[in-house]
Amino acid sequence: MSDALLETRDLTVRFGGHVAVDGVSCAFAPGQITTIVGPNGAGKTTYFNLISGQIAPSAGQVLLRGSAITRHSVAARCRAGLGRAFQLTNLFPDLTVFENLRLVVQSRRHRGFDLFSMASRQRYMSDEAAEVLARVRLSELADHKVSELSHGNQRKLEVAMLIALDPLVYMFDEPTAGMSVDEAPAVLELIAGLRGRADRTILLVEHKMDVIRNLADRIIVLHNGALAADGDPAEVMASDVVQEAYMGRAIEDV
Amino acid sequence: MLSVLISGDRPRSVVLGVLLMAILIGLATAPFLFPGVRSLETAARICVFVVLVASYDLMLGYTGIVSFAHTMFFGLGAYGVALAVDGMERGFVPVVLGAVLGALAAAVLAFAIALFSLRVRAIFFAMITLAVASAVAVLVSQLSGLTGGEDGMTLRIPRELTPAFKLLNEPVLGVRFNGKLLNYYLVFSVSLVLFLVMLRVVNSPFGRVLQAIRENDFRAEAIGYRVVWYRTVATCLSAVMAALAGSLYALWLRYVGPDTVLSFEIMLDILLMTVIGGMGTMYGAAVGATLFVLAQTYLQSLMGVAAVALADVPLLPALLNPDRWLLWMGVLFILSVYFFPTGIVGRLRESVRSG
Repeated sequence: MSDALLETRDLTVRFGGHVAVDGVSCAFAPGQITTIVGPNGAGKTTYFNLISGQIAPSAGQVLLRGSAITRHSVAARCRAGLGRAFQLTNLFPDLTVFENLRLVVQSRRHRGFDLFSMASRQRYMSDEAAEVLARVRLSELADHKVSELSHGNQRKLEVAMLIALDPLVYMFDEPTAGMSVDEAPAVLELIAGLRGRADRTILLVEHKMDVIRNLADRIIVLHNGALAADGDPAEVMASDVVQEAYMGRAIEDV
Repeated sequence: MLSVLISGDRPRSVVLGVLLMAILIGLATAPFLFPGVRSLETAARICVFVVLVASYDLMLGYTGIVSFAHTMFFGLGAYGVALAVDGMERGFVPVVLGAVLGALAAAVLAFAIALFSLRVRAIFFAMITLAVASAVAVLVSQLSGLTGGEDGMTLRIPRELTPAFKLLNEPVLGVRFNGKLLNYYLVFSVSLVLFLVMLRVVNSPFGRVLQAIRENDFRAEAIGYRVVWYRTVATCLSAVMAALAGSLYALWLRYVGPDTVLSFEIMLDILLMTVIGGMGTMYGAAVGATLFVLAQTYLQSLMGVAAVALADVPLLPALLNPDRWLLWMGVLFILSVYFFPTGIVGRLRESVRSG
């Protein structure tokens, strides 16, 4: 476990009397895609929020490369290597597609407090942003405002933002949500392309079974906020726990 | 070369380009093009307000922070110079020292307010600035021993900047080459430099982050930018620029008083100039401040002329009575905001995009 890139220990958050995430301990090894599944309200997104820092846990710890980041701000976690794409598209709507990506590159390069040089002349930033744009096949839309984009392309950009950030831990929260059947494969292909990099790990919240089957190296199941199953995709998918969780019934004795 | 000066921020509209050139040339040659005391006063006021409004736009238009304390920072710069000049021997040293200390005071105060309140909701920041600005205004008018209270202070500025200092004995092209002219060009060139510095800041990597924060602070934080620090630095920078504008204004007027640099009316004027010119464009500050100051200065006389010219028409002369200039000023604002919701500059750029 000590070589895990990311680890959560007894991670718990309560909202009033409701326990949204209940003592989840899990370690994520590099070089893998881990898919997090569970019915609606199982706490998947809340678990993500705890890891990336949008909400503070009631108990437990988040460790990145062995050191606790539980008290770090969202931005500090990002700079430490946690990258997150959001379920509901969350971009800079009035800026161009290109500028959205350029801002990510700039953040990764730690050039935020550069007050007196011209952003447009920082070639390496522009080049990197353009490169990611080409990779996700959005180059033609570079100069369009994000608010003018179709939903599918906004989702694509959401994924591209994370690729441009190139964090140690990639966190995708339902990257294909609301996408048409034609659009989804392109996004999944991008995620698949990140696989197998020995120093990166990928966390993916997903519902679509075929996606999970093709992409996941490992599946963890959350149910009522608790870790209900963890293991090899084929085994987990076949287990009673998953079957019952997706049927929406309560699981006893877990 | 020009592109570097304007930080690659092209006007992106022919009309806007022409307008900006007209403003620049107009201000650069104001003493020769528009001789007369009143027009020179107006030109200097425009220079100062372009800087002041641009510094406000840095907060409001680029970072999305609403502040009501901008006249306080303006006032700190003005009173900084006034107090330094008052306490030291006549010369340029106290002027510079006062400006630096005023800017420093503005930065410290802005830093305190920002760290104290920017962590929480934006509305809280706006309210804190309102409270602090009111407190400072009351303080200035009450500490009459130090600040002259409501009467303000008259400044003994360096002799080289007063009309008594003669460069040439005879007027050239109808213009007297004296200290007053030097003073105007000092105000003009410092304003131009400050404006270009701000234009650079908003087009720098830092400026891009500010726009990202304005658009979506949640996501800006999530991609690794500490939003509160960026907002704090933007606030401090804006305060420093406003203070320097205040110092210039004090130097030009040779007077500071609560009504000229601290009043809430000026705060409203700044807000209107920013919105009319176009938020988040910098050039909007130049256009907005110029038009606003011109209207403030000349609308009344223009209406007087119109009223006389239309003396035979029923009703119109009464409507155009110069005493009603504030009414028409108000009508102009409402119309401009109604027809140009993105400001004049925003509108001009849009028409290029769609056309």
